[in-house]
Amino acid sequence: MTDTMILDRLNAVKPAEERGAPLLEISHLRKEYDGVPALRDISLRIDKQEVVVVLGPSGCGKSTLLRCMNGLERIQAGEILLDGGVLTTEKTDWRLIRQKIGMVFQSYELFPHMTVLENILLGPLKVQKRKRKEAETAARVLLERVGLYEKRTAFPRQLSGGQKQRAAIIRALVMEPEIMLFDEITAALDPEMVREVLDVMLELARSRMTMVIVTHEMQFAKAAADRIVFMDEGEVVEDSPPGDFFVKPKTERARRFLNIFQF
Amino acid sequence: MGYMVDTAFIVKFTPLYIEAMGLVLELCFFGVLFSLIIGLFCAIVRYYRIPVLRSAAGVYIELSRNTPLVIQLFFLYFGLPRVGITFDSFTCAVTGLSFLGGSYMAEAFRGGLEAIGRGQIESGLSIGLSRSQLVRYVALPQALAVAAPALGANVIFLLKETSVVSIVALADLMSLAKDLIGLYYKTNEALLMLVAGYLILLLPLSGLFRFAERRLRYAGFGN
Repeated sequence: MTDTMILDRLNAVKPAEERGAPLLEISHLRKEYDGVPALRDISLRIDKQEVVVVLGPSGCGKSTLLRCMNGLERIQAGEILLDGGVLTTEKTDWRLIRQKIGMVFQSYELFPHMTVLENILLGPLKVQKRKRKEAETAARVLLERVGLYEKRTAFPRQLSGGQKQRAAIIRALVMEPEIMLFDEITAALDPEMVREVLDVMLELARSRMTMVIVTHEMQFAKAAADRIVFMDEGEVVEDSPPGDFFVKPKTERARRFLNIFQF
Repeated sequence: MGYMVDTAFIVKFTPLYIEAMGLVLELCFFGVLFSLIIGLFCAIVRYYRIPVLRSAAGVYIELSRNTPLVIQLFFLYFGLPRVGITFDSFTCAVTGLSFLGGSYMAEAFRGGLEAIGRGQIESGLSIGLSRSQLVRYVALPQALAVAAPALGANVIFLLKETSVVSIVALADLMSLAKDLIGLYYKTNEALLMLVAGYLILLLPLSGLFRFAERRLRYAGFGN
């Protein structure tokens, strides 16, 4: 495969006709920790190319929900479907599923003993068994896109928080997932670095990557989201377009939550 | 007055000491090698809570750590032949050292593995790594760096433990010194050479481990 073909593939904006077809469907999901419910009865549908931002107070279960979506948490009841296939059976091979679901964590979790490039290539080479040359080209294209190509031989400890998080995003993107999950990925960053990471997510949103974003960045949520899912106490309380949610929230709980961010 | 060191004695028996040092090194080398293999295996089955194997490893570790090497060697050398299993002295000593060292190495590796944050494992899982890939590419390299000081200490410990292998009829440093004292009554010289023999083996080893440890620390793991 030539560089330009890889470039085209990675930069391709997905065709609009795919829009609106369900990609991830969750029905009646229940998750408990030692009998204490964390998610009570969650039903949620994420369509292809949709950007869904999950908001809610701490401990409302939004991170848990994200972690259930790629099998990091066992669920007690309910069903998760990806592209129509049920994920939550005993036979589910999460290794295959997780290649289609990229995840980025608040604490970066780059592998500290590997350079940026080694971090990024581990999945493509060892999991997907791709050719080194092709994977390296893909990594280069993506690194250049987020302005980190010069840092490819650096170790994580030599990077700023923002750079680490951008590298972690690329590590997930290089697998060419169908959907990306972001778990409060700017929460541990210094304010001046938040922007560079949000910009990368905004750009992804524009290339119509399907994304589920857990965040406390309200301005970003307004700008990037197609839909806001507001959670409280393990339930989805509101599910509406950002215009509606921020301007006239339907529930008292959402109003109280939004008021916290007013000065 | 004053004690005259018998240099002729020292010169005469130096080759024997060197030979014994060779044996000690050889025992230590194989003992450490098999200890590392046993230790790594036990640490991984315990870390991943693999049923049955994990409990077996637990029983082994307790048994190995809470009995002295002398007793373990007695059992191998005098006990097992009664049920028809015989070893030569060298195999017996290496087996004993590996049995003892395996549990110490297992605990060192376990400490290293447990120092790895849950997040590292989860991020490895979320790019689709299998369990064995996770161990090989993510957990072990980081665990080794953390475990290095303990592993080094265990090597030194095992080398010193070779001093009891005379009970399985091996002519190590300790038994050589005892024999020479018995034969010639040159207690001071024989013991001086004994101490020197161990120091010549152990000081460079400690130095090497200290160096390696510093290098690993400078490699500066941790995000």
